[in-house]
Amino acid sequence: MNSEVVAAVAQAHRREWAQVLATTATLTRDLDLAEDCTQDAFAQALQTWEQTGIPARPGAWLTTIARNRARDVMRRESTFRRAMPKLVADPSVPGPEDALDDDRLRLVFTCCHPALSRDARIALTLRLVCGLSTAEVARAFLVSEPTMAARITRAKKKIATARIPYRVPSPDQLAERVSAVLEVVHLIFTTGHAAPVGEQLVRRDLVDSAIGLARMLHLLMPADAEIAALLALLLLIEARADARLSPDGRMLLLAEQDRSRWNSELIDEGVALLTEALRRQPPTSYAVEAAIAAVHAEAPSWEDTDWSEIVSLYDVLLGLWPSPVVKLNRAVAIGFRDGARAGLDALAPLQDEPALATYSYLSAARADFLRRLHLWSQAAGAYEEAITLTDNDVERAFLTRRLADVRAHLPG
Amino acid sequence: MAKYMVLIYGDAQQWGAMSPEQQKSHEAAHAAFRAKAGSKNVGGEELELAATATSLRSDEDGRVVTTDGPFLETKEALGGFYLLEAADLDEVIGLASLLPEVHAGHSGVEIRPVVDHG
Repeated sequence: MNSEVVAAVAQAHRREWAQVLATTATLTRDLDLAEDCTQDAFAQALQTWEQTGIPARPGAWLTTIARNRARDVMRRESTFRRAMPKLVADPSVPGPEDALDDDRLRLVFTCCHPALSRDARIALTLRLVCGLSTAEVARAFLVSEPTMAARITRAKKKIATARIPYRVPSPDQLAERVSAVLEVVHLIFTTGHAAPVGEQLVRRDLVDSAIGLARMLHLLMPADAEIAALLALLLLIEARADARLSPDGRMLLLAEQDRSRWNSELIDEGVALLTEALRRQPPTSYAVEAAIAAVHAEAPSWEDTDWSEIVSLYDVLLGLWPSPVVKLNRAVAIGFRDGARAGLDALAPLQDEPALATYSYLSAARADFLRRLHLWSQAAGAYEEAITLTDNDVERAFLTRRLADVRAHLPG
Repeated sequence: MAKYMVLIYGDAQQWGAMSPEQQKSHEAAHAAFRAKAGSKNVGGEELELAATATSLRSDEDGRVVTTDGPFLETKEALGGFYLLEAADLDEVIGLASLLPEVHAGHSGVEIRPVVDHG
């Protein structure tokens, strides 16, 4: 097969999938049918483009094929199928402002509706909006393909039966619904960025899907500061992606990373988005997290990081989002501002947090401060604890190396 | 259009403990909800306490057994319902959010689509 055609189809899949499926669903008012026809259109592109050449506007070509196929199926479809509940897109209900009248937004708000479970929202978004296959979605969330297929089917059935509308929410519901969508995007990113289980530290497909979603939302709703803040956060973290792994696949901490390998274009874009978001509204938790990432991004080195600024940003974040994980990160930042002893003291009260009891980062942070204080035996114990708690192979390898370093200082 | 049952659940003791002023504002909130829903409100009733409920099941021999109390013994009992007719779930969520039970800590509502038998 012509590699140029394969590459063009792959690129169209990344860029146009959501638009093709969303536009087809507007016609079919049936997500299953829209999904099948979109899939078919991409399969046909692989064959046809070989003969006819790559069309000037691949998205328009794919949409036409998908919609024609949908029309054929709908013409032939059985009475049984016709009687199945359809997506509700009632034009009599007050709609959004015209600028938000976009099929892709309809699709994303439907997939992320709060009446669906969180797992269902993530699965539907990855499958229908990002175009990952059911097998890929299943792998990302460590369930079998039939289990994931059943989860997606159940969610689609609820959309039809409960009449979750295929519509951009009305202005009074919009803010809440945008938050629900952003929660899904953020979860997809974090799942991909620190894959909790498995051999790879990062799942590229999930990270790329999340950034693609955030970029699409920002393009379609440029005035929404919450969306801009999340996109800024994702880009500022993504800017460090290449520096997180050493050439031999070891995980590198922020302190060890070669900062010249950070992507300065992404950092500039993230900082600009964040500045714009902060100008529009008081900081939300995504904006504060992005600000923390920006302080790191702009520091010339780990030692020269503005730790006072980081600690005070964590204080703001704690006010917006009082979570044990934020307390942990704040305690770590205190350790770098005031020294390892102060860091240990700040970590101490967190030992009793039930939510952190099985959290490997708490043990790892404690181990690091103990190591800096040359308390080798206690540090070894904390590293052992962290190794038991982590499920990620790359992290385990990192912790095991540190444990060996520490043990080398122990007598006998 | 489709029909939705909005089931109102809550702690009957806390409902019983409302002061006369609280009862008055509670009633006013329901009146505001009904005014807003207009003809979309197809029906609805407040129910007597769960203690007044009677449940019927059958035993192993197929005989009907009558028992005292609600079908499910839960802390939050069914206290009333509305039957709404709406275009979609978002419209029901918008209306039902006006109900005072949604805003009290001990209570809430469940929205169930009604099967359309054509």
